[in-house]
Parts: sequence; C-alpha cells; structure tokens
Amino acid sequence: MTESTAARDPRRSSKRTSGSDGGSASAASASASATAAPTAPAHAPAAPAKKAAAKKTPAGKAPAKKAAAKKAAKSAAAKKTAAKKAPAKKAPGKKAPAKKAPGKKAPAKKAPARKAAQSAPAAPTAALAGGSELVQLLTPEGERVAHPDYAVDPSPEELRGLYRDMVLTRRFDAEAVTLQRQGELGLWPSLLGQEAAQVGSGRATRADDYVFPTYREHGVAWCRGVDPTLLLGMFRGVNNGGWDPNSNNFHLYTIVIGSQTLHATGYAMGVAKDGADSAVVAYFGDGASSQGDVAEAFTFASVYNAPVVFFCQNNQWAISEPTERQSRVPLYHRAAGYGFPGVRVDGNDVLAVLAVTRKALEHARSGQGPMLVEAYTYRMGAHTTSDDPTRYRSDDERAAWEAKDPILRLRTLLEREGLADAAFFAALDEESDALAKRVREAIRTMENPEPMAIFENIYADGHAVVDEERARYAAYQASFADHDADHAGAAGKGH
Amino acid sequence: MAIEKMALAKAINASLRTAMEDDAKVLVIGEDVGKLGGVFRVTDGLQKDFGEERVIDSPLAESGIVGTAIGLALRGYRPVVEIQFDGFVFPAYDQIVTQLAKMHARALGTVKLPVVIRIPYGGGIGAVEHHSESPEALFAHVAGLKCVSPSTPADAYWMLQQAIHSDDPVIFFEPKRRYWDKGEVSLPDSGFAAGSAIPMPLHEARVAREGTDLTLAAYGPMVKTCLEVAAAAAEEGTSLEVVDLRSMSPIDFDTVQRSVEKTGRLVVVHEAPVFYGSGGEIAARITERCFYHLEAPVLRVGGFHAPYPPARLEEEYLPNLDRVLDAVDRALAY
Repeated sequence: MTESTAARDPRRSSKRTSGSDGGSASAASASASATAAPTAPAHAPAAPAKKAAAKKTPAGKAPAKKAAAKKAAKSAAAKKTAAKKAPAKKAPGKKAPAKKAPGKKAPAKKAPARKAAQSAPAAPTAALAGGSELVQLLTPEGERVAHPDYAVDPSPEELRGLYRDMVLTRRFDAEAVTLQRQGELGLWPSLLGQEAAQVGSGRATRADDYVFPTYREHGVAWCRGVDPTLLLGMFRGVNNGGWDPNSNNFHLYTIVIGSQTLHATGYAMGVAKDGADSAVVAYFGDGASSQGDVAEAFTFASVYNAPVVFFCQNNQWAISEPTERQSRVPLYHRAAGYGFPGVRVDGNDVLAVLAVTRKALEHARSGQGPMLVEAYTYRMGAHTTSDDPTRYRSDDERAAWEAKDPILRLRTLLEREGLADAAFFAALDEESDALAKRVREAIRTMENPEPMAIFENIYADGHAVVDEERARYAAYQASFADHDADHAGAAGKGH
Repeated sequence: MAIEKMALAKAINASLRTAMEDDAKVLVIGEDVGKLGGVFRVTDGLQKDFGEERVIDSPLAESGIVGTAIGLALRGYRPVVEIQFDGFVFPAYDQIVTQLAKMHARALGTVKLPVVIRIPYGGGIGAVEHHSESPEALFAHVAGLKCVSPSTPADAYWMLQQAIHSDDPVIFFEPKRRYWDKGEVSLPDSGFAAGSAIPMPLHEARVAREGTDLTLAAYGPMVKTCLEVAAAAAEEGTSLEVVDLRSMSPIDFDTVQRSVEKTGRLVVVHEAPVFYGSGGEIAARITERCFYHLEAPVLRVGGFHAPYPPARLEEEYLPNLDRVLDAVDRALAY
C-alpha cells in the first residue's frame, strides 16, 4: 500500500548506484558507498566493483587508515587468525572485504587469505577499529581527520560542550556503580566507554525529535535534559521507569531487548502521518540485532518509509557473547537487505558520531526513510554490576580499547589546539564532583514507594479486580494498626 | 438512533466506521485489512473510504503490528489492530505482555495506551490448526490488559466503540463462528463521541435469559449455546438463567453473584480449555462470595487439556448442548 522507499528516494537513481546490477552481497561488502554516505543506499545493487574500488582508493589514504596502520603491530595475532579462516568468497582485487573483516571475532566472514595477505598490515587494526569503512573524524590520538561524506565544524565552545557532556556522563555513571556497590542500587548497567556514541548521537537530536532508549542510554538521557537522578529509580527498585517520556521526548528505559525499536518505528510512522519533520531515534545493541523485533522494526520502517534512525551501539559484547554470535556480516550491512542505508561510525569518536547521526536524522527528516547507524564501540565495564567480564574476555582486549578512549582523545585535541584552558578543566572537575554529590544525596533521600503504590497506574480507566484487591489489601494493612498500637503501647510501658 | 439488523461481522465493520468518522486518530491496522477487507471481510470497504493512511495493510509480522501500534499510540493515535486468527497472536504476545500491558504503569501513568487488538477466536468453523483457539485466559491473566468478547451484533458494535474509546489496551475477542449471526443494532445518528446513549458499561455482565434453578455463565460464542441449552432445559421443566459475561477482564462478579444467590448453582461454559481457564477463576471467586448459597460445586464445561483437535474432531472438543446439559444435570443432582 505504501510506496516503496525506492520510489520515494530520489537518490536511488544517483550515479553511485546506477548502471550496476551486481549481486547485492558483493555490493554490501565491497562498496565503500554503503558505509560512506547515506546518500548511497547500502542496498544499492552493487556499485560496480571497479567503481567502488576506485572510490576506495582515496579513502585508503584517509587518516583513519593511517591510524589503523600504526596499530597494526599490536593485533597481528588477531589478524592472522582472521586471515586463515577467510572464505574465498569475495572477488579478488577488492580490498574492502579484507579490511572489513572484524578480525578475531568473526569466524564466519573472514576475508580470503589472499586478500588478507594483500592488506596484511592493515587488517588487524582495521578489525579492532571496526574496519576501514569506519567513519572517523577524530583519531584516538586526538587528531582531526577528514571524511569525504561526513563533516562537522564544531566551535571551540561546542567541543568543550561535548567534552563536558562526556565527562559528566562518565562521572554520573561511575557514581551509580559506586552506589550499587554500597547497596543503594540493586543493579546498574554502566555505559563506560560508550560516552561518545551516546553524547554524539544525543547531541545530534533536536528537541522535537523522539528517543527510544535501551536501559543503558544514560548519556543520551543527559543530552535530552533528563534529570540523571530519575534514571536511578528503577535500578534502586522504587519504580519501573519513573519519568514522563513526553517531558523530554525521551522514552522510558526498555529492558526487553529490542522491543523499543518497534515503538520507535510506530512513533515515527505517526510523525510522518502528522506531516511533522521530526525524527525518531531507536537505540539498540549488537545483541538486540538478533531479535525478531529489530528485524520487524527494520521491515516496518522500510516499507512505510518511517523517519527513524536505528542507532546500534555495537559494544562488542551481549553480556558474554561476542558480536560474531549475533551476525556474520557487519551489523550496518543489515540495512541493505531492508532497502535503506547503513553506516558504521567510530563509536568512540564523538565528532564522527555527531556528524553521522545528524546526517542520518536529516535523511529521515527529509522524507527518505530510515537509516541504520552502527556505532562501533566497546563496553569497557561489565554488562551490569552483576556481571563478571573476566570470565569471557581478556584484559588485552580491554586494554586495546582503552587506548581509544572517547574522552581522552577529545581532551588531547582540546589541549593541543589550546581550545580549553586549565580553568575549564578545573571547573569541570568541580562540576563533576557536584553532580556526584547531588546523585548521592538524591539516592539516599529517595523514598520507598508506599505499599499501596502496587495498585496505582495499572489501568488508566480502572479495573474492578484491582479495586477489589486494593481494598482488601488496605483492610489487611489496617488490621495491623491496632496490633501495632497495642504493641507500641506495651513497649511504652517498659515491656 | 436507527435500528438495523445486521450480522456480527458487519456490526464490527460499522463500529470501526463510526470510530474512524468520529476521530481522525483512529487507525485500522492488520494483515489484509485493506483492499481485501480482512479474511473475514470485517474491514470491508474501510480502506476505500478512509484511505491507505488510516486503514493500513501491515507486513506479515504480528509483533511488528502490535509494537508499532504502541508507538503510534504514544504519538497520540488510537490504533485498532487485527490479528488475523487467534493462533497467530503469539508472535505479538511479548509486545502485548511486556510492553503494551505495562507501559502505563512503567510511566507512572504519564502515558496512555489506547490500543485495541481484535482477535477472531474460537472454533466451530472447520478450520486448520491455529485457526480455532481460545487464548483469552492468557491475556486476562495479565494486569494492564482488558479482555472482552461480544456475543451479539449489538454488543459487537457498542463494545468495540467503548474499547476504542478506552484509554487502556483492550483485547477484543471476536467469536468468529458467530460472525454471520444476525441481530438488531441501534446505530447512533451522529457518532459515539456525540453522546449517543451507550447501552451499558463495557465490563458489565448481562443477564441474557432469566431463570431460577441454575446459572449458566458464558461469553462470546458460548452464549448462544447456553441460550439453546436453556431453551432445551425449559422444555424439561428446568429454569436456567444465562449470564453473558461480556468481559473476561475485569469480570463482573457482582452480576454473577446476584444470579447465583438466586439460583444456588453455577456452571461456567467456555471453549477454552478448562484447566487454568477463566472458569476456574469464576468458580473460586463465586465460591468465596456465595458459599452459603451454593447447592452444588461450581462446574465447568470447556475444551480439554489437549491441543485444539483437527476439524473433524472439534465437535467432540467444543462444549455443545449435550455436554452443557450433562453438567447442568450433575449440578442439579447435588
């Protein structure tokens, strides 16, 4: 009933995708266009291999690659494994697949040995970094680099703002972990390491956009203006959500994995029906990418051309399961099968995430439908405070990602370019301390709900069984009153 | 008010039409609900009149249908979604139970989920597997949902109006074997919202036939069966009262109680399996409320603890006149 995205997307016929009719699989894995530009739908049936290769060449010189090369040595071992297992599926001569091989983690999709050999020095690094298709604008060393399709030109103030967001988010998160250790929270899902993915994407949204988070989007909540102390209630056990989603267009945390992607899609369908130019962001993770609901969300968003950005934080681990337990293709390639663009961005690069998400939101706003952004990042901490990552992953892996810390690299840039002075950092330290203090105080003064709250807000229009059970339970509670009074009286008499 | 005689399916169609005329936020969504008018033609002609933006043929994915309906509701729409058959609702069960039912509470009441899920349910039509089930207890068991089932065209029209106007999610179980049964429906002149007289509250039970010796409680497709039972029993000189529950969540226990206090006996009838079925809940509650009025234990007649049988056996599985009469005899024998 709905026009296909193809029919609506004027760019579908752009020269990048025209004149080719190759297998979409090779297009997806080989063409840089899938990655590079939302303007070039990833699903476009194969930009001719040659063309893609030609296009790739300049990309090969991109600084992202340089950075990768530097680190090649570090993960040589990983690369070897990858190379060995590589199936001989890809057409020789294309470099992209080898670079995209996610390295040691993805047994299923290794680049052919031959190709791996060709790009031997780069592959391991690329794997660790998420592949050469990774959009990056700020290297782990804090160097600004250009990308042909994505750019941001933040003012010094904006850069400081992003830095501040990430620092405060991390501090808030650390405080929550501490509070869990102290028994103030039952559980906490730390976002440590994902600050850039969350702040970059969160800051890309407009006030009228709507965000559907998982349960780890503390940084996005911060950017949306949600009082961070509100996020603590469900983890303390005083409520199951606890904020009005409409006050900041930030929906409640959703614990069932992937469910919210459908809500986001439906909401976006409504936005489109309303003729509004807002967009919706559906957050989810690498684990959720296996959920049927995510697949259905992609389908619905695609066929109804809904203005939703699917923002996947691939933090490499779904509790103990690495991403290759979820997929044998890079996650952003999934978009191709649904007919909308997908792009992988360095999730630890706040500038790249900002640029990519802005463009994806613009894509959605302008009537071109959904887009998938895979923010390639790393969950530095445990899945939650109940998890023990030492049982399933190595310190080396963590250390490798530590070197790519999202906050550190922006600090390096700010300092090197003289965009922030000592006073700024000192003031931010103070602000962090103040935030932490406020969070501690909020949690320690957070009241337990009244027992009768069990019966509240179950229905908007009421329900006879709830009414009956409420009344009975109230009577039961009241039946203790006399007893307590007697008891207190007795105690008062020195009992 | 114009009184019109129409089939139950047609009454639902008319009700959807009224709701869509009344409120531009009402959407009809489901598989084949558009051009085809639904596999039972319940939505026949709606897409033609209201357009593809409001009568939406969905992808073939039930979780997606309900999940996106939740999103649409959050955006201010009032989606009425159709699950094509009872046995196909389960891909959506997660969204219904974990999201739709709980989101209002999760949001501390700050959001409402006015979603209606229409499910043609029950057997008796000689269908293949998964097309004849009665899963209402699986939904009635979930706090946050309301479950209703009309037994007549008039109820089908009005109860659907009320369900659509409800700010809570309502699972609307349609007795598919009664789709073609005709009855009189009082149609409002100017739409539900314009303040037409609503016959009765959505969750109130109705005494469908008065009697003195025993109460039969049923809903949906079994109300007609129970009325037939009462007619047959009357010929034998037994006076049965038939209560059409209409709502399975909440259940109007007050009306059942009043009836049982009068008759002293209760038999609950539903197509769904008896084991863990709504009959058990009714038996327990009524036993507690009417202990000193009961002359016999509350008995239940329903499906067996077996997968819904192949069509050639469904007459053995479904409660029918004889099986209900058998239970009536047993109850009267105490």
